[in-house]
Amino acid sequence: MLRLEAIDAFYDDLQALADVSFEVAEREILALVGANAAGKSTTLRVVSGLVAPRRGRVLFGDTELTAVPAHLRVERGIVQVPEGRRLFPFMSVTENLLLGAHARRARAERERTLDYVLALFPALADRKAQLAGSLSGGEQQMCAIGRALMARPRLLMLDEPTLGLAPVLVTKIFETVRAINAEGVTVLLVEQNVRQALTLAHRACVLESGKLVLQGRARELLGDERLKRAYLGL
Amino acid sequence: MDPARRLGPAQIDVVAQLGVSTVLLGGIYALVSVGLTLIFGIMRVVNFAHGEFLMLGMYVAFWAYTLLALDPYVVLFVSIPLFFGIGVLTYVLVMRGVIHASHNVQIFTTVGLSTALQNAALVAWTGDYRTVRPWHSAVVIRALGMAFNLSQVVAFAIAVALTLVLFAFMKWTHTGRVMRATAQDHDAATLMGIDTDKVYRLTFAIGIACVGAAGVLVSPLYAAYPTAGLQFVLLAYVVVVLGGLGDMLGAMLGSLIVAAVEVVGSYFFGVAWKEVFYFVLFIAVLVLRPAGLFGQRGAETLGV
Ligand SMILES: Nc1ncnc2c1ncn2[C@@H]1O[C@H](COP(=O)(O)OP(=O)(O)OP(=O)(O)O)[C@@H](O)[C@H]1O
Ligand SMILES: [Mg+2]
Repeated sequence: MLRLEAIDAFYDDLQALADVSFEVAEREILALVGANAAGKSTTLRVVSGLVAPRRGRVLFGDTELTAVPAHLRVERGIVQVPEGRRLFPFMSVTENLLLGAHARRARAERERTLDYVLALFPALADRKAQLAGSLSGGEQQMCAIGRALMARPRLLMLDEPTLGLAPVLVTKIFETVRAINAEGVTVLLVEQNVRQALTLAHRACVLESGKLVLQGRARELLGDERLKRAYLGL
Repeated sequence: MDPARRLGPAQIDVVAQLGVSTVLLGGIYALVSVGLTLIFGIMRVVNFAHGEFLMLGMYVAFWAYTLLALDPYVVLFVSIPLFFGIGVLTYVLVMRGVIHASHNVQIFTTVGLSTALQNAALVAWTGDYRTVRPWHSAVVIRALGMAFNLSQVVAFAIAVALTLVLFAFMKWTHTGRVMRATAQDHDAATLMGIDTDKVYRLTFAIGIACVGAAGVLVSPLYAAYPTAGLQFVLLAYVVVVLGGLGDMLGAMLGSLIVAAVEVVGSYFFGVAWKEVFYFVLFIAVLVLRPAGLFGQRGAETLGV
């Protein structure tokens, strides 16, 4: 469904990705793991269009995305939950969720999707009028995922959705991701909780200093010595 | 001694007259300032050419009145879409290139635009003072012992109505929500599928439409000349800072405060002093409450 071919990405002179290629199959969960500064977030930004690669191609289905501006990629069903949630802090939960359905494709079904999201996250239903900036960390993450679901994603990219959350909430988020995937949404998941991510995912890729060093079935990688080394950056 | 007892009927009339004058003037200042505060709140750009668009609005009213005998209130309906279009054009030709540039570059750009527009007006229409004198500017309304010019009352009513429409638009429409989202987090807005370039274009166009409309509305009250915008834009900066940099409701209240200072100060010390008062107020606010009288909230926080 999604294919990256030989991607090089830079921030000014700093190379963040070098020759990264991998594929995400329809309806699978692919975990993207790696140490800090490995280039995980940059990979997601290349797919969502916030960062333009200097070399290489991104293909979504049969279409090449290079020339498609970021805001139109959402229209095609590519939706990213950014690192650090990035809610609109001075707007209510409802307003945040409604903004998620800005894309034309999603707007027609806005009310129905809203019901679905509030049923998925009942905690949000109780806080509809509260400012997003005043939610707890866990609620903010639910709001961020809910906002992304409002866009009716075909490919949902999550950047460290469990960062800073208590273990019980981490489990809840992973369960939610599994449920979303079961509805037919393809998931590209960036995680620091490697063990849990690999338990959830079908396949995984390991990034190290901007290079893809390992990929394979998640269950097999779980027992891989090289993964421990790559992830720890030794 | 009770100060109220010293106020005879004559003094009460003066207070009432000053109060109503303040409100009338404040409404007009609000419309001038609200476009500036909107552009600053959403785009984080100070438009130093704002006054020049007001000046253009005054000239549009003057020429429409002189050549076509059109009343400014009729011209208003044409001027709103006209200045919206001018705003779009200015954004595409000038502002788009600097929207992500440094503040210095943005300041040079809008100050340059201001100078260019002033000189274009000077070349095209000379430096003469041009006045519009429609029938309503000579009509004096007397009520409760006070006297007002009909043009002033109508300008106030229209200015307040336009400001409230804009406020409601920002707060309750999907497009208003999209504009606020873009101000709060540009990248997150992009990830929602929002075309932020389009949002900035719309924001700039609305801001210019407001100030263009303000120019038309004040044309029966103030003369048009190439630097006519300066007298308004000066106070608009004071209003925007008073209101808390980008807060629209704050800008409305700030307009009333600036108008009160002007009206009361002019009554006691003479009109010539009014710019001194603005600046004293401006400096006082910057020193005492740099985030504005109502705290820094920004237009993006509308809907709190
Ligand atoms: N906006 C930016 N400007 C400049 N350099 C950046 C920017 N964002 C990331 N980088 C650099 O690019 C490299 C890859 O960063 P990236 O954010 O993709 O890593 P990451 O794997 O997501 O790390 P983390 O686990 O800490 O989120 C890092 O060296 C980082 O410093
Ligand atoms: Mg990251």
